[in-house]
Amino acid sequence: MRTLALILAALGLSLVAHTSLLFARAPDADRGARLYDSRCVGCHSLDTNRIGPRHGDVFGRTAGSVADYDYSAALKRSEIVWREDTLDAWLRNPEDLVPGQKMNFRVSSAADRGDLIAFLKRAAQD
Amino acid sequence: MSSTNNDGAAPKLPARRAFLQTTGQAALSATAIAMLVGSESLIRSARAADASKDVSILNVALALEHEAIAAYQLGAESGLLQKPVLDVAVQFQSHHKGHRDALVDTIGKLGGSPVSSKGMGQYAAELKANTLGSQKDVLMLAARLEKGAANAYLGVIPAFQDPALAQVSARLAADETMHWTVLAQALGQPLPANPLSFGA
Ligand code: HEC
Repeated sequence: MRTLALILAALGLSLVAHTSLLFARAPDADRGARLYDSRCVGCHSLDTNRIGPRHGDVFGRTAGSVADYDYSAALKRSEIVWREDTLDAWLRNPEDLVPGQKMNFRVSSAADRGDLIAFLKRAAQD
Repeated sequence: MSSTNNDGAAPKLPARRAFLQTTGQAALSATAIAMLVGSESLIRSARAADASKDVSILNVALALEHEAIAAYQLGAESGLLQKPVLDVAVQFQSHHKGHRDALVDTIGKLGGSPVSSKGMGQYAAELKANTLGSQKDVLMLAARLEKGAANAYLGVIPAFQDPALAQVSARLAADETMHWTVLAQALGQPLPANPLSFGA
């Protein structure tokens, strides 16, 4: 009986774990703003080019298209448009998406990427 | 240096280095494959490709260090920093100059050409130095940049081909974290409530 209860409890726990993976929470742009401030601001700003290009209007923009930023040749000719899916792939591993790019910074958590993208999308609409 | 000065640390070193080298070969897949095939020219071009990837990461790091040096310069010249804080800012700037020199050296050794610094006027515009009106403003900018730099160095670690360079990136992140901690304390900002608040 005790064993059965333990097994059921374990099953219940793993079920909870699975559903939370399957039904990921909605992207949170406010959390994305805080993540942006700690993870991206070392190299990027919304309204000025710094180590990386400016981001205020990056959502919906064509990759490598800010005129006065010195992009890698690879990103310039990539013809990518920055939307949810392309940004997610870029942040997961920029080199996989665009071999020869020069950002190289990765965001390993899918939830973090989703929140960051929601923030960039909101910033482009403002 | 005589081996007696090493207090038993010496025997450990070669083993550790061998370990690093083995994992290094595993990561350097292109080079490793070329070595297995035994082609000299393949090995050379694979090594060059690996090094050029690392050089590109190091050059972005160097651009970041140039900016950090400029940010502290702008802070120091603003007249907004009072004496004990000014000294700390100058010391942090000297750390960043040390990072710059180490990166320039490494990029050169790998056969790359180090990016140069932009002009102070351009940094002032990019960092919006004209919005800084108090010592607190300067410290807040420095804290944001230092935290960003620590996270930047952590986030590029998996991209390095050479594990020894990944370790350098971690060491740079540690320095930036030390700077951020001091700045956050000076600003009265709380320490992070949760563990593992930095990185990836
Ligand atoms: C270590 C510095 C660094 C960090 C940290 C960094 N980036 Fe970048 N980013 C770059 C560089 C450099 C480029 C230009 C890449 C190129 O030209 O290949 C870039 C380019 C980009 C682009 C393409 C923009 C365009 O105009 O095509 C996006 C999107 C982007 N970064 C998003 C982010 C986000 C979001 C973060 C934080 C999670 C981040 N980056 C963190 C350095 C960085």
